[in-house]
Amino acid sequence: MAEIFGIPAAALFGQLLLGFINGAFYATLSLGLAVIFGLLNIINFTHGAQYMMGAFVGWMLLTYLGIGYWPALILAPLIVGAIGMIIERTMISRLYKLDHLYGLLLTFGLALIIEGLFRNGYGVSGLAYAIPPQLSGGVNLGFMFLPLYRGWVVVASLVVCLATWFIIEKTRLGAYLRAATENPTLVQAFGINVPLLVTLTYGFGVALAGFAGVLAAPIYAVNPMMGSNLIIVVFAVVVIGGMGSILGAIVTGFSLGLIEGLTKVFYPEAAATVIFIIMAIVLLVKPAGLFGREA
Amino acid sequence: MHSAAQPAPATTADTLLAVRDLNAWYGESHVLHGMAFDIRAGEVVTLLGRNGAGKTTTLKSIMGVIDKRRGSIRFQGSELVGLASRHIARKGIAWCPEERGIFASLDVRENLMLPPVVAPGGFTLEQIFELFPNLKERLHSQGTKLSGGEQQMLAIGRILRTGARLLLLDEPTEGLAPVIVQQICQMIRRLKSMGFTIILVEQNFHAAATVADRHYIVEQGRVVDEIANEELEASMGKLHRYLGV
Ligand SMILES: Nc1ncnc2c1ncn2[C@@H]1O[C@H](COP(=O)(O)OP(=O)(O)OP(=O)(O)O)[C@@H](O)[C@H]1O
Ligand SMILES: [Mg+2]
Repeated sequence: MAEIFGIPAAALFGQLLLGFINGAFYATLSLGLAVIFGLLNIINFTHGAQYMMGAFVGWMLLTYLGIGYWPALILAPLIVGAIGMIIERTMISRLYKLDHLYGLLLTFGLALIIEGLFRNGYGVSGLAYAIPPQLSGGVNLGFMFLPLYRGWVVVASLVVCLATWFIIEKTRLGAYLRAATENPTLVQAFGINVPLLVTLTYGFGVALAGFAGVLAAPIYAVNPMMGSNLIIVVFAVVVIGGMGSILGAIVTGFSLGLIEGLTKVFYPEAAATVIFIIMAIVLLVKPAGLFGREA
Repeated sequence: MHSAAQPAPATTADTLLAVRDLNAWYGESHVLHGMAFDIRAGEVVTLLGRNGAGKTTTLKSIMGVIDKRRGSIRFQGSELVGLASRHIARKGIAWCPEERGIFASLDVRENLMLPPVVAPGGFTLEQIFELFPNLKERLHSQGTKLSGGEQQMLAIGRILRTGARLLLLDEPTEGLAPVIVQQICQMIRRLKSMGFTIILVEQNFHAAATVADRHYIVEQGRVVDEIANEELEASMGKLHRYLGV
């Protein structure tokens, strides 16, 4: 069997693929966080719980209503995003005039409550969600075996991330969002409904988390704690990329997934910590993050 | 015509905006103390006064971008105090802030297109470029990469698109080269000839004198005098005392 740097090629590419998949989740989740932070100035600590809700809503749609994976991929983000908008309207919006710390505490508390509720209802052992039949199995690429579903996760995330980038950077709605991020008072004085824009933006960021949750459901067990494990790493990714940069969140997410995968191959002992080591170095050298604008 | 120095003029039929007993606060600090003035449709009126007199705060109060205001601001007969700024904008009032408010994350074209059209009859892009040819060449530059004069043109140009008929211009000539000041004054005269109504805040009353019908003198958050443009020459002594120049 072929080897690269003394590592069997199949193992290397296998880990790279795993890295890409993790990177896809990092990118999608940190993108949602970046969009929300940009406009709302709130670090959405509920993000991990909302990712978990995406997976659970997908599972519930299937289990209780017989609605399969493909409709769930659209419906679950819409449902989770709508719940997010209700949370923004009824709770988060009351905190904009206060210190950022209050938003952080509120969203952190909400995450604990949501996870607690799901743990009560469904336990912590995890629920299975089958891979949709169209994507089961895999293809032999010659140098490695590619499970179709995993390839799909990478492609779907990439498409959603790039579509998000396009909407924000290239459309009129995105121009409203960027302008309101800079100077909400002036944008409002032009006659634009900024509070509505804020609610929609929060809903959109949360829907991205819900989307990632549905994507994750067939790979990881659907588990009330699945978000809190992942979100710690995602926050490190956000710190490395820099808060509020759209492209930065996408690039950093995928790159760090890859770096993590490579570390698993060459120095497995550091695989769990490499992202945090990079975070520490970035914080020392460039505190605003690799893509962040210096304050 | 009013005689001079009427802090609470009588409202007449063609009054477009009537400000009465306007008070405004930043937090605890009480900045406007009973502002009162009128503007008729088609007039260009200036607010003159020393630094900190409350000119900017008056425009912000009309636009509704200040936390707390009391009193009355009637626009075409309807009350603005109590309305959110986005509803005020929708009535056909547009604001060009003192700091210009050009968005760094938007290019020139996006900056121009940002304010929504609130009424028919606004400028087309072509008309804006005719007024400010520089903007056309810089359409894809980042908004804040423009020169100060070009940024001012962008800040004014983008509100002309909206169809608003009452324009609030806060020191549009501040810090600009004389030739650009002239260009902006010319533009204001042109807008006036097209029927726009303009409240102009100016430090440069020589420039203001070339465009305005009347001048209100603002001191410590209230109007203390009114001077018709024809009387400006004769009132120079008084004006210098008010403005401390
Ligand atoms: N954001 C703010 N917070 C607190 N006080 C403010 C704020 N902005 C202005 N002020 C105060 O309100 C008063 C009026 O300010 P304003 O900006 O309206 O004056 P101005 O006439 O426009 O002056 P200038 O010619 O310098 O632009 C000043 O005393 C100023 O210090
Ligand atoms: Mg001012």
